[in-house]
Amino acid sequence: MTANAWMQFALYFAVLLLAVKPLGLYMARVYQGRLFGPESRLGKCEAWIYRLAGVNPSEETGWKRYAVEALMFNLVGLLAVYALQRFQGALPLNPQKLPGVGPDSSFNTAVSFASNTNWQGYGGESTMSYLTQMVGLSVQNFLSAATGMAVLVAFVRGLSRNSAATIGNFWVDLTRSTIYILLPLSTVLALALVSQGVVQSFAEYKVVSVVDPIANADGSSVTEQTLPLGPAASQIAIKQLGTNGGGFFNVNSAHPFENPTPLSNFLQVLSILLIPAALCFTFGELVDDRRQGWAILAVMLVIFVPLLIACQLSEQAGNPKLAALGVEQTASATQSGGNMEGKETRYGIVNSTLWATATTAASNGSVNSMHDSFTPLGGLVPMWLMQLGEVVFGGVGSGLYGMLAFAIIAVFISGLMVGRTPEYLGKKIEAYEMKMASLVVLIPCFVVLTGTAIAVLGPGLEYHAADTSELKGNLNNPGAHGFSEVLYAFTSAGNNNGSAFAGLSANVPFYNLALGIAMLIARYWLIIPTLAIAGSLAAKKVSPVGLGTLPTHTPLFVAMLVGVVVIVGALTYVPALALGPIVEQLMMTQ
Amino acid sequence: MTQCIRMGVIMYAILTLITGVLYPLVVTGVSQVLFHDQANGSVVMRGETAIGSSLIGQSFDDPRYFWGRPSATSPAYNGAGSSGSNLGPINPALLDAVAERVKTVRAAHPTQTGPVPGDLVTASASGLDPHISPAAAQYQIDRVANSRGLSKEQVTGLVAAHTESRTFGVLGEPRVNVLELNLALDAAQRP
Repeated sequence: MTANAWMQFALYFAVLLLAVKPLGLYMARVYQGRLFGPESRLGKCEAWIYRLAGVNPSEETGWKRYAVEALMFNLVGLLAVYALQRFQGALPLNPQKLPGVGPDSSFNTAVSFASNTNWQGYGGESTMSYLTQMVGLSVQNFLSAATGMAVLVAFVRGLSRNSAATIGNFWVDLTRSTIYILLPLSTVLALALVSQGVVQSFAEYKVVSVVDPIANADGSSVTEQTLPLGPAASQIAIKQLGTNGGGFFNVNSAHPFENPTPLSNFLQVLSILLIPAALCFTFGELVDDRRQGWAILAVMLVIFVPLLIACQLSEQAGNPKLAALGVEQTASATQSGGNMEGKETRYGIVNSTLWATATTAASNGSVNSMHDSFTPLGGLVPMWLMQLGEVVFGGVGSGLYGMLAFAIIAVFISGLMVGRTPEYLGKKIEAYEMKMASLVVLIPCFVVLTGTAIAVLGPGLEYHAADTSELKGNLNNPGAHGFSEVLYAFTSAGNNNGSAFAGLSANVPFYNLALGIAMLIARYWLIIPTLAIAGSLAAKKVSPVGLGTLPTHTPLFVAMLVGVVVIVGALTYVPALALGPIVEQLMMTQ
Repeated sequence: MTQCIRMGVIMYAILTLITGVLYPLVVTGVSQVLFHDQANGSVVMRGETAIGSSLIGQSFDDPRYFWGRPSATSPAYNGAGSSGSNLGPINPALLDAVAERVKTVRAAHPTQTGPVPGDLVTASASGLDPHISPAAAQYQIDRVANSRGLSKEQVTGLVAAHTESRTFGVLGEPRVNVLELNLALDAAQRP
C-alpha cells in the first residue's frame, strides 16, 4: 500500500472517531428528552406535531404496540411512494415529462426505500420526476432511517429498564430522530456538497454545445450534451447520513454532479459511518456504562479495518490480464495505478475501496465506483461485509440492534463454555431471547441463499424484453462472475444494503418481485423479533453484578463477539463465495 | 387500530412536509444564493455559448485535443444516461475492448514506448469522468504538440497549469481536467 493510502485511511478514521463522542452524546440527550424542553422553540414545534397527529408524547407502549405502529407507519410510506411513481406523469414538477413507472418496478422501489435498502432497479435521471425524487424518495430516506433509530432506542430501553412494561413511544422516537438528528446534519452536509458542485435546482436539464463533436453509430454527429439537474444535494446528504444509498443519478456517487471533488467524497464517505458509529456511544450512554458502547465499536472496527486493507491490496494489485496487454497499473506520483475499470480518476483506488467497504459495512449501498468491475477478491470483500448481516456498523439503528442480537448469542455461548448463567447488562438471557436473536441472525442468511438458488435455477437468467419480447440474458458477465452478480443482488436485498453488481439486468418482473420480497422480509421480520426481545428484557429484573458475571466490555468479550460474527458469516457463505469470486480469482491469476 | 392508522397517516403527511418540501426548498434557496454556479451545473462559457460543464467530461477524438477516458455510455459521454461498463475482470468483452484501445492509443502515440497509463484505456465508473491522470496527459503531449504545431514546452506548461494535486495534499488523486485543458489549448492558439 502507498504512503498516501495509509494517510487517507488514517485521516478518515481519525475524523470518524473524533466525532463519535460528541454526536453520540448529543443523540443520547435527544432520546432522553433532556434537550429541547417544551419551552424551547424547537420543543414547541415538536409538541405542535404531536398535537396535530393526536399523539400523547408522555404515553409509552409495550413492544407489540410499538411494532404495530412502526409497521403501520412504514406501510403508509410504501403505499405513498408506490402511488407517486405510478402517477408521476400526471403530477407537477416533471420538467422532463417522464411517464409513470411500471407496477413491478414501482413495487420494488417503494419497498426498497421504505426498508432503508435503496436498491435501485431504475436509472434516476431517466425514470423519476423531481416530485417523485423529492416528496417520495427523499422523504423515505429520512423516515426509514428514523424508523431504524427508533427501534434501536426501544431495544436499548429494553436492556436498561428494570421490570418495566413499556419500551417507549414510537412516534416520539421517530419525530426526534428526524427533526433533531437527521434534518440538521443533512442541511449542513447538503450545503457543503453544493459548494463543491453538487447540483440543486428545479430547472429542466440543461443542453450545452460540445467542443469536439463526435460521430454517432448511425453516422450523425453528436454536437450537444445534456446536463442533468434536479434537487440532488438535499437528497444525497440524507442518502449518505441515513445509510440509505439510493442515488439521484444512475451511477450514484460516481456521477460528477453527485460527488464532484475529493472533498465532497470525503464528506460523503464520512457520513456513511458517522451515525452508526456514534450510536454505539449513544448506546453506552443510555445503558449508563459507556464502556459497553466502546466495546461494540471496537468489535466493528476489528472486523472492518482488515477487510478494508484486503480490498485495497487486491484493487491496487490490479488485473494481471490487463497488465499482459501492455497497461500500466503501477502506482506512481502521476497515476493511481491498480484496477481502474469502473473507477473515477479523482478517487483512484484508495477512495474507491474505502467507499466500497464503508458502504457495505454500513447498510448504505451508495457507490462511487462500479463494484461489478472490481477484481474478484476486491469484490468479495463488500459482498462478505453485507453477508455478515449488516452488523459491522450496519444501517442507522438496524446495524446496532443486529449487533446486539449477536452479542446476546455471544453471551449465551460464553455462558455455556464456562458454565455460568448467560447475562447481558444484568439481564438474564433465556430461551425466548435466544430464539428471537437466532431469528434475527438466520433470516437474512436464509433469504440470501434461497433467493440466489431460485434465481440461478432459471428464472433469474433470462427474460423477455418488455417492448419486443425478445429473449435476453440477465447477466452481464459469463461464468463465475455472472453467478457473483446474482449472489450479490440477493445479498444486497436480503441485508437491506442496496448496492449492486450493476451489470445484472434487475429491472425485470422476476428480480423486481423476488428482491422486493427479500427486502421486506429482511427488514420487517427482523424488526419484530428485535422488539420482542426488547419487550421481554424490559420486563426482567436487573440482577446485580456478581462474581459469576461475565463482563461484556473487556477485550476478551470483544474477541468473542468478533469470533461469533465472523464464524457465522463464514460458515454460511463460504460455499457460495467459492462458486463466485474465489473461482474467478483463481482463473484470473492462472 | 383506526386511531393508529390515523396517527400514521397524519405523521407521514407532516414529516413529508418537513423533509420532502420544506427541507429541499430551503437548501435550494440558500444554494441558489450562495453557490449559484455550482448549484446549476458548473457551466463553462466560451464567449456567449455554454460549452460544457467543468465537472462533466466530453468525448474527444481529434488528434489536436487531449483525449479523456473511455466511456461506457451510449453515445460516449452521454450526460443524460450515466453508466459504467460493469464488465468483470476476466470477461473476454473487457479484455478485447482494452486490447483494442491499447492498439489505438499506441498507434496515435508513436513516440511513446512504455505501457499505456491504465486510466486511458479503462472505462470510468460514470462514463462522464472529466479527468485523466497526469501520466495519461503527459503520454499525449507529443501528439497534441505535433498536430497543433505548438512547441512541446508550451503544451507541457499548459498541462502543468491544469494539473490539480490532492486536496490538502492528502485527499483524492492528482488529476487533469480534460475539457478545461483543451479549452486552454484552443484559447492559446486563437489569433
